[in-house]
Order: sequence, then C-alpha cells, then structure tokens
Amino acid sequence: MSTSTMQDVSRRDFLYVATGAVGAVGTGLALWPFIDQMNPDASVLALASTEFDLAPLQEGQGVTIKWRGKPVFIRYRTQEEIKKAKETPLAELKDPIARNLNLPADAPATDENRVKDAEGKVNEKYLVQIGICTHLGCVPLGEAGDYNGWFCPCHGSHYDTAGRIRFGPAPRNLDIPPFKYISDTKIVIG
Amino acid sequence: MSGHSTYEFKNPLIRWFDSRLPIFSMIKAQAIDFPTPRNLNYWWVFGGIAATMLVVQLVTGIVLVMHYTPHVDLAFDSVEKIMRDVNYGWLLRWLHANGAAFFFLAVYIHIFRGLYYGSYKAPREVLWMIGIVILIVMMATAFMGYVLPWGQMSYWAAVVITNLFSAIPWVGETIVQWLWGGFSVDNPTLQRFFSLHYLLPFVLAALVFLHIWALHVTGNNNPDGIEVKTEQDTLPFHPYYTMKDLYAILVFFLVFLAFVFYSPWYMGHAINFVPADPLVTPAHIVPEWYFLPQYAMLRAVPDKLGGVVVMFASLIVPMFLPWLDRSPVRSLRYRPLTRFFFWLFAIACLVLGIAGAQPAEGAWLWVARIGTLYYFAYFLVILPLMGKLEKPKPVPPSITDAVLSRGGH
Repeated sequence: MSTSTMQDVSRRDFLYVATGAVGAVGTGLALWPFIDQMNPDASVLALASTEFDLAPLQEGQGVTIKWRGKPVFIRYRTQEEIKKAKETPLAELKDPIARNLNLPADAPATDENRVKDAEGKVNEKYLVQIGICTHLGCVPLGEAGDYNGWFCPCHGSHYDTAGRIRFGPAPRNLDIPPFKYISDTKIVIG
Repeated sequence: MSGHSTYEFKNPLIRWFDSRLPIFSMIKAQAIDFPTPRNLNYWWVFGGIAATMLVVQLVTGIVLVMHYTPHVDLAFDSVEKIMRDVNYGWLLRWLHANGAAFFFLAVYIHIFRGLYYGSYKAPREVLWMIGIVILIVMMATAFMGYVLPWGQMSYWAAVVITNLFSAIPWVGETIVQWLWGGFSVDNPTLQRFFSLHYLLPFVLAALVFLHIWALHVTGNNNPDGIEVKTEQDTLPFHPYYTMKDLYAILVFFLVFLAFVFYSPWYMGHAINFVPADPLVTPAHIVPEWYFLPQYAMLRAVPDKLGGVVVMFASLIVPMFLPWLDRSPVRSLRYRPLTRFFFWLFAIACLVLGIAGAQPAEGAWLWVARIGTLYYFAYFLVILPLMGKLEKPKPVPPSITDAVLSRGGH
C-alpha cells in the first residue's frame, strides 16, 4: 500500500467519525424540544399567589382552598389538638423534618416549625398545609385517622394534628407551602 | 415454516402480482398451510381472541374519537353526549370500555397457558419476551384510556399512577411535573394522555405483528411440550385452526356482549359518573379489576419506593423466566410437583386481585404481603429449584405418540 492511500484511509475514517458525531449530537439536540414541550410552560410557572382571610374561621374549623391547582388545608386548631401535637416527642416521628418551605431544609418537625411563616411569625392556632398525601398524591380526610389529624383513604397513611406522618406508606410530613402573615388574620400563600 | 413457497398460483393476475410482491405466497404459507401441532387444546385459542379484541378496541376507539373532546372543561360532557346523543354512541363506548377488560381477560389466560405448558422455553424466549412487552404497553394504554372520561376515578387514577414516579430518588418530582406539564394533573396531562392513548394501540399492533412473526419462526408449542418432528404431528392451520379459533372467538363474544348489553357497568365504579374534582379524593379508590393484583403488591410494601419497585418488578421478572426455569421438560403435564406450585401461583394471583380491591388495612394487608411473597418466590426460588430437584415423568417421543397413547386419532 502506498503512503498516499494510507493517508486517504485515515482521512476518510476521520470524515466518517466526524459525520457520525455531528449526526448523533444533532439528533440529540433535535430531541430536546420534543421532550421539553411536555414541561410546565411559562403561564403555568407564573406563580400565582393567593390571599386568605383567617378571621371568619372558627376554632376547630378547617377549609380547603386551591393554590397552583393544588388543595391547601387551612385549619384553626383546637387547644386540645395543639397540646397533643406539642407533647409528641420528636423521636416518635416517622419523618423528623419540618417540611416547611419557609424554613431551612433540615429544620426539625416541632409543632412550632410546622406553623411558622416566611418571616418567622408563629400563630400556633393556624396550620397551613398542602393537602396532598406525600405517598401518591391523594387528598387526605381531615379530623380522621388514628392520630385524629388527617387520614389518606387511598393507601392508609395517618397524619397527626400537626400534619406529620405517623403511620402508613407516606414517606414525608404534609408539605407547608410558602406563606406569610400580612396582618394578624390575613395570609398570602405563594 | 420457513423458506420460499414454491406454490404456483393458477390465476395469472395473482401470479403476476405475487412475483413482484409475494403477499399471496405469504398468506398461503403462514395462514393457510402453516403446519400447526395436531394436539393443541382450547387453551390455545386465546391468542387469536386477544388479537381480535385489539381490532375491536382499535375500531371502536377510532370512531369514539370522532365525538370525544380532550379538554378538562369538555371531556366529561363529551362522553355523556356520546352516551345520550350520538347514534349508537352508548354501544360504541360500552364495547370499548368492556372490550378493554375482555382484552385483558384473554391476554391473562394466554399468559397463564404459556406458563403452564412452558411456552417460554427455548427456542421461544424472544416470542415470550415480546409478549411481556405487549402486556406492559397494554397496561399503559388502558390506564391512559381510563383517564379520558375525566370522572373522579379517572382523575384520581391519573394522580396516583403519575405519582408512582415521584418515588424515584432525586429526580422524581421533576419527572412527575414533566409528566403533568404543570403542578398537578390538569389539562396538559389530559391532552398528552389522549395523544398517547391514540398512539399506543398502533404500537401494540406492531408488537403483535412481531409476536406472530416470532411464533411463525419457531412454530407453536403444544400441550405435551414436544417439538414437531414429522408432518404427522401437524395439521394445516386452515381450515383446522381457523375454524376452531373462530368458534372460540364467537363463544368469547357471547360472554363479552352479554356484559355490553346487559351489565355494561358491572366492572365500573359509580363514582366515575361524578366529574373530576381536584380537591376531593373519593373515599375508596380502586383500579379496574385487571390491575388489582399489581395494585395489591404496590400497597403490600409499607415503603413508597419499595412498593413501586415491587410493582414494576412483578412485570419485569417474568421476562427472565426462560432462564429461571431450566427444566428440559416444557409441559407441566409431565412435572406434577411444579404443577402443584403453578396452581398455588394462579391462586396467589387471584387472591392478590381480591386483596387489591379491599381497603389497605388489617388482615387484607397481610394477605397481600403473603401473596406478593409467593408471586416472587414462584419465579425466583421455586421454578429454579424445581428445574434441579424434580424428576419429570417420562415424555412421549413425539406428539403423535402422545395423542395415540391417550386414545386420540
């Protein structure tokens, strides 16, 4: 084989590999729009915030409102419920993290941390939570279950009066959405 | 079974066409002359029945789409319009809804037949694995179809099933939002489910084509599990099995249509006549009967990720069956001990189905756990051990010998 053909061969190999590589990268890039079209678009991402007036709530009354298409539980807890939640030692909890989006990610799941707003304000009467079971997304029932908090009828998760998972397949406490008090009886969620 | 047909067609037009595109030779070789074991019993009719049900689903589905609207504000009403106003709309919808259930019934019987007679063993491993893929794609298709009427059960089925993916560590939440196209199951979710529900049946049709292709390479297994040795062991597919399959299809349709006409909602749930409400979960949500065993396995594990892994594993593990069961004898006719465990397995699947329909608490939870344990033990422990330990009964030298020894002709 002469040297010139050898050069030809390696030149051709290079062109093959280069063409193949461009083709593969190009296909990969072309795929992205087809994947990304399924992601939430800007209109969905535009984070709507919801204001809620707590004043009409009576002790022992809970309401469900909608925020970002999800149910949010707002409950005026009874003294009994607050007492029970406070007396629960952290060691007994299945999930020891507060799961409060207003607090650092590792805040412990004390009752106080479950009701704290974005500015650190605490009003232990009012518990604001995303009403979605952390197992598979059903909406739990209020004032139900072994701990008289919430009970998910789908797969049997029991939450206590501070919305903390106590028994069942759910891995986490109910999430606390980002919210803050704009007056003593008014909150804004989101 | 293989090679080019040497048949000369008498009609010159057919001969002219066939030498350019051999469709007629193919039909002659694969659907008419195809040598089929002479000893197939009635458990062998369910493949043909399942293929027929796929056609029923495609035809009814395509016409239902002419009247259905995939939008959260209109979907429920458009289905009610189909039921009340569209000419024969009620019939089309009941055929489609019950057709899905009867499609699963046929496929499940077909799979258990394969398990009993060892149809997954060499050289039919690829045939078997394509079959399992068909089951998985069917399940995805049925689930997305169930969401389309946008009733309470539809909506919460979508919530629970998409949330299965949130169990994946780290990226779970991102994947779920990608599946939803938002922060909850909503209009984007419904529209993409509709798109995929229309697409997947055609994927199924292509998979069924591959399944039948693989079948026609190896030929049928049979109740004695003995390979075909001579022409004496076989019958031509037509008319012997075309007529037998047709007869079975008609009997199957009698039962199917009895449900469609006399009890179309027998397998449904009344709560799905309530439009979807994202703020209220029904007190007791249950999937359709054909998902109950898998649902029971999901709930049997008291850990979110664990439950999801077990449920998906229950579908993946059977794929490896050809390599888990190493016994050289295919049919359980000649393996009495394994046969005993097989029937226990069938009972375990039924019991799991019953447990899946009960609330996930108390004794039923334990029933589901034992059932789940046996389900996996059958594949991963019992079958591998039986292949080594059990001494099978003597297998006749040929299909003909087996048939004649039973006084057949």
